[in-house]
Amino acid sequence: MSTITLASKRRRAALRTLAFMSPWLIGFAVFFAYPLISTVYFSFMHYDGFRPPSWSGTKNWTYVFNDYPYFWPALRNTLWLVLVMVSLRVVFGLGVGMLITKIRTGTGVFRTLFYLPYLAPPVAATMAFAFLLNPGTGPVNAILDKIGIPAPGWFNDPTWSKPALTLLALWGVGDLMVIFMAALLDVPREQYEAAELDGASAWQRFRYVTLPNISPIVMFAVVTGVIQTMQYYTQPLIAGKVASGVIQGAGTQFEPGYPEKSTLTLPQLVYNLGFQRFDYGSACVVALVLFALSMVFTAFLMRRRGGLNLAGD
Amino acid sequence: MPEVMPKVIRKTAFALTASLALLTTACTGQSSSGANDDASKDTTINFWHAWSAPSETKAVKDLIAGFEKAHPNIHVNVVGNMTDDKMNQALRTGGDKAPDVISSFTTNNVGKFCSSNALIDLNPFFKKSGVDPATTFPKAMNEYTQYDGNRCTVPLLGDAYGLYYNKTAFEKAGITNPPKTWSEFEADAKKLTIPAGDGYKQLGFMPDYHGWETTTEHYFAQFSPTYFDTSGKSSLATDPAFKAGFTLQKKLVDELGGFQKLEKYRSKLGDEWGPKHPFHTGQVAMQLDGEWRLGMALDAKPKFDIGVAPLPVPDDQADQYGKGYITGTIAGIAATSKKQNAAWELVKYMTTDTDAVVGFSNAIHNVPSTLEALKSPKLKYDPRFKTFLDIAANPNSTTTPASINGGQYLVTIQQFGYDYESGKVTGLDAGLAGAAKQIDTDIAQAK
Repeated sequence: MSTITLASKRRRAALRTLAFMSPWLIGFAVFFAYPLISTVYFSFMHYDGFRPPSWSGTKNWTYVFNDYPYFWPALRNTLWLVLVMVSLRVVFGLGVGMLITKIRTGTGVFRTLFYLPYLAPPVAATMAFAFLLNPGTGPVNAILDKIGIPAPGWFNDPTWSKPALTLLALWGVGDLMVIFMAALLDVPREQYEAAELDGASAWQRFRYVTLPNISPIVMFAVVTGVIQTMQYYTQPLIAGKVASGVIQGAGTQFEPGYPEKSTLTLPQLVYNLGFQRFDYGSACVVALVLFALSMVFTAFLMRRRGGLNLAGD
Repeated sequence: MPEVMPKVIRKTAFALTASLALLTTACTGQSSSGANDDASKDTTINFWHAWSAPSETKAVKDLIAGFEKAHPNIHVNVVGNMTDDKMNQALRTGGDKAPDVISSFTTNNVGKFCSSNALIDLNPFFKKSGVDPATTFPKAMNEYTQYDGNRCTVPLLGDAYGLYYNKTAFEKAGITNPPKTWSEFEADAKKLTIPAGDGYKQLGFMPDYHGWETTTEHYFAQFSPTYFDTSGKSSLATDPAFKAGFTLQKKLVDELGGFQKLEKYRSKLGDEWGPKHPFHTGQVAMQLDGEWRLGMALDAKPKFDIGVAPLPVPDDQADQYGKGYITGTIAGIAATSKKQNAAWELVKYMTTDTDAVVGFSNAIHNVPSTLEALKSPKLKYDPRFKTFLDIAANPNSTTTPASINGGQYLVTIQQFGYDYESGKVTGLDAGLAGAAKQIDTDIAQAK
């Protein structure tokens, strides 16, 4: 009898716990579990959005990895952007943050100047950059020509298109600057004073005082940067379209990654496969690759974070 | 506690997973209805279209007003500025607010619309109304509105492509007439090209596949290619028209200064839809373009006279001079519509009533899409626009066929074109074979 009562009490407690958790559970189920399960499910189905899905086994996976000519260039571009663009954005954001915390006068003006570009809508900012970097009519190349530096083709040259996108990303580094400034101002002054008394150089103060103190923020910047770059869609698409001179109209073809697939990213493939070719199964495969990559990068970075803290200690 | 919680959670998780699986399968599929409504009764239908400019939406409003006058019992709820993405979603879900009739700017999705039955086959409706599509619409328009025997769309105005030329530059270069054959075209393009430094003061013609409308499909219409054989496989590697097209375009690229020089020059030019389009500014003396360019060029007030002619044809097809590439806007009826008979009345009026087509063409400045409308004395146009009417009516004019995966095969051909013109790919035969294999693989994936 007492066992039944105990079991009943435990069941009631468990149900109460579940009831309290239910708002989160429902949100998790609807906005994460369902889309994820659906994506896995559809990756093994032939589904065009109109007719009921039918089982296709690993056909979509084989197609994306072996026969879809845009997958590997897009993956390479995405990895390039994750490695180069995210790293430079973090370094640049930290540098600007440090610079502004050191400035005695006009701090507000500099903060505004560096933060404002971040507020620019991505489409407008990318179009403005494409016009500024236009090899023929843009002011940047006109200046480079005048001072005798060979002017690159920027968004019209496959070698320079990703560096040009990186420049655009660095221009909009205001978000990172703000969080780094907050982190830098939180570092205890006495630690710097102690380091100075011990004769530490500027580099040593940065390496052994600043960096360990702000390492959680650096990790946050890197992880969110990696995730954002995995979802990088608008800027490369607009840059490619503007630079190619062919603004895609309602009846024109999708030209992937102008020039020479160099601005193609994985999210563009999801759109191309799903919404332009009605091949939702293959689009789901690419989406799952993106998910797996994000997981791998995040897990790797979380492990490395431990290392960074230890080095700081 | 540890004994009870996992059981409860397991049950909950099972219920959740089962529900999700049910949801996953339940939210797909498509309801269908027949054409069982009575079109003579009072009813309201939804019409979604893509036009957005004020003059265009006014033209649609006038067109619908004409229909409602002729069919006082059928009221039309018009929704404009609709992209294909939005239409696709609505065609999937259906419902009272979903379109009964849609109009799309692109012919690329016809294969998908027909094969998936998202739009209904209109053949029975044509038969019932005693209208023969083959004698009503120009040949090319008749072709691009059906897929595999299923006519799920109808042409609603069209676009024809021809050659625009700078008459003043022609006079200065001593050229008296627009070129008719590819040899004449090549010679004129070279004669009209004036180099300046590492660029050009004036380029005779921008041959690159990135040169706005100089895409592979627009060029190759002059070569009358067959894109697919009878078994549905790509003919890219087997039809000599493609090889001829790629070869002549590449030769022109090389003769006008080479790919790198042309691309560098192109990157300095204005965009396709702005007033600084290089044809408007005189930076390019000839331009392959659609009928809409005439109005845009005149609005830009160029400092030269504009001439219009059909695009030249290969020398061995000189007798077919006058043909060109044809495409256009399409209309269709949603499979989810419960008012298909009433919807057909609207589609029939918009696409086959000569006065309605002529009036809409006059307002939109596109090519009319019926043979009767093309001959109508009520058509109002600049005399130069007549060239496009003739191209549209020319039985040798061609289009690109509908495919199950939309225009993907055209993207593959265009991508190969970039690689070949830039010199990245040098073996034409092997390259064409590779591109054809890719097209077949993509189509197999879509089936």
